[in-house]
Amino acid sequence: MLGLMLPPEASAAIEFRDVSYSAGGTQILSGLTLKVERGETLVLLGRSGSGKTTSLKLVNRLLSPTSGEVRVNGLPNTAFDVIRLRRSIGYVIQDGGLFPHFTVERNIGLVPKIEGWPEERIRTRVTELLRIVGLPTEMAVRYPRQLSGGQRQRVGVARALAADPEILLMDEPFGALDPLTRDELQREFLSLQQRLHKTVMFVTHDLREALRLGSRIALMEAGRLVTVLAPREFLRSADPWAAAYVRAFGDGLESSMNRGTL
Amino acid sequence: MNVFRFILQNRSQVLELTGEHLWLVGLSTLFAMLIGIPLGIVIAHRPRLNKPVLAGANIIQTIPSLALFGFLLPLPWLGERADRLAILALTLYALLPIIRNTYTGIRGVDPAVVEAGRGMGLTEGQLLFQVELPLAVSVILSGVRVAVVISIGLATIAAAIGAGGLGEFIFRGLAMVDNSVILAGAIPAAVLALSADTGVGWLERRLRAR
Repeated sequence: MLGLMLPPEASAAIEFRDVSYSAGGTQILSGLTLKVERGETLVLLGRSGSGKTTSLKLVNRLLSPTSGEVRVNGLPNTAFDVIRLRRSIGYVIQDGGLFPHFTVERNIGLVPKIEGWPEERIRTRVTELLRIVGLPTEMAVRYPRQLSGGQRQRVGVARALAADPEILLMDEPFGALDPLTRDELQREFLSLQQRLHKTVMFVTHDLREALRLGSRIALMEAGRLVTVLAPREFLRSADPWAAAYVRAFGDGLESSMNRGTL
Repeated sequence: MNVFRFILQNRSQVLELTGEHLWLVGLSTLFAMLIGIPLGIVIAHRPRLNKPVLAGANIIQTIPSLALFGFLLPLPWLGERADRLAILALTLYALLPIIRNTYTGIRGVDPAVVEAGRGMGLTEGQLLFQVELPLAVSVILSGVRVAVVISIGLATIAAAIGAGGLGEFIFRGLAMVDNSVILAGAIPAAVLALSADTGVGWLERRLRAR
């Protein structure tokens, strides 16, 4: 009973309070209670259909809980104007979800633009973000289909960071990439996170990725939170689901926690 | 080549009737777009409405055109002038391809892209005008193209109720059993249809989302 041990007033960046969600008669999420602390990277790990993505979408209100509440910065997320809430939370999905009819520049600058930033400031910000995610500035005028998968994903991250949100929601952002590109982006994510200290909720089904990127790992199964563990604890956990995951990924997992640059 | 001599000799009348024809088709297509595109947008977002709306537009399409012109004749205000009637009838016929293509075009936008936009904090209006419509525009225009081509053909029948247009020549030629008079209406109508097809097709490709 994790929820009971925590003081009521500690305002975590994100907090799930006994959140359930069902759709079309199917229970997708059952009684999720979980806190994401400021500046940490909480990884939601689990197989397809375990409720990871649903949990993420409950934070920025793409979905509304059937019961319970999700709090952001100590307030129920329903207390915020939904548009303001979403603009203050970065959202990255697999393959970037970029607008195919916008150039890279317009994709990244969209939220600043609808927020009414002056053109000049948007341009400076876009250039800055391209540098942050490791893309050459010439990319600004390209269209998403002219980019590789890894480049699109970088643009997706840049776009989410555009208005400098405190919170980032990342839904299997590196899932569709080849192993080398994924490794590269994971490494960059770590160094980015060391500088920016965003609060990140990161969804993946890849244990190696979870061990490498997460400050804590929340393991989910069939719509329930099984356990929340630090990466090192995860490997030694006696929890049957955690152990099953460790077995499935086999040997050499310890090295996944090496966060250095090789 | 009697036809071309006839057209040359009556070029001012050919031009006038072509102008009337364009007026009928242009205005009815405009009305059909003003009604059909918003309707298509609505049913794309409210799946429950899509069946009844598309069925309604389909039923209109099945009414024989000459009969539709006749049915509309007793209407007040509209019945007073044949061109109003013709424009109403043509508008009704043009609705189906425009509604259907708007619906298909918007439903065809990658849901992941729309959800990403919503998650970033775009309002529903911003999503519609900045994401959905730009990505659907070429499909919508291809519906408009079909509507225009159909209307150009159908508008020739409007002459039967005295609404003018190139159908005048066709009906006159039929009455006179003179092929060159029929063709003086049919050829310009075909040219109009082909040019509209090419023109809107060009626009469609220009605006196709990258």
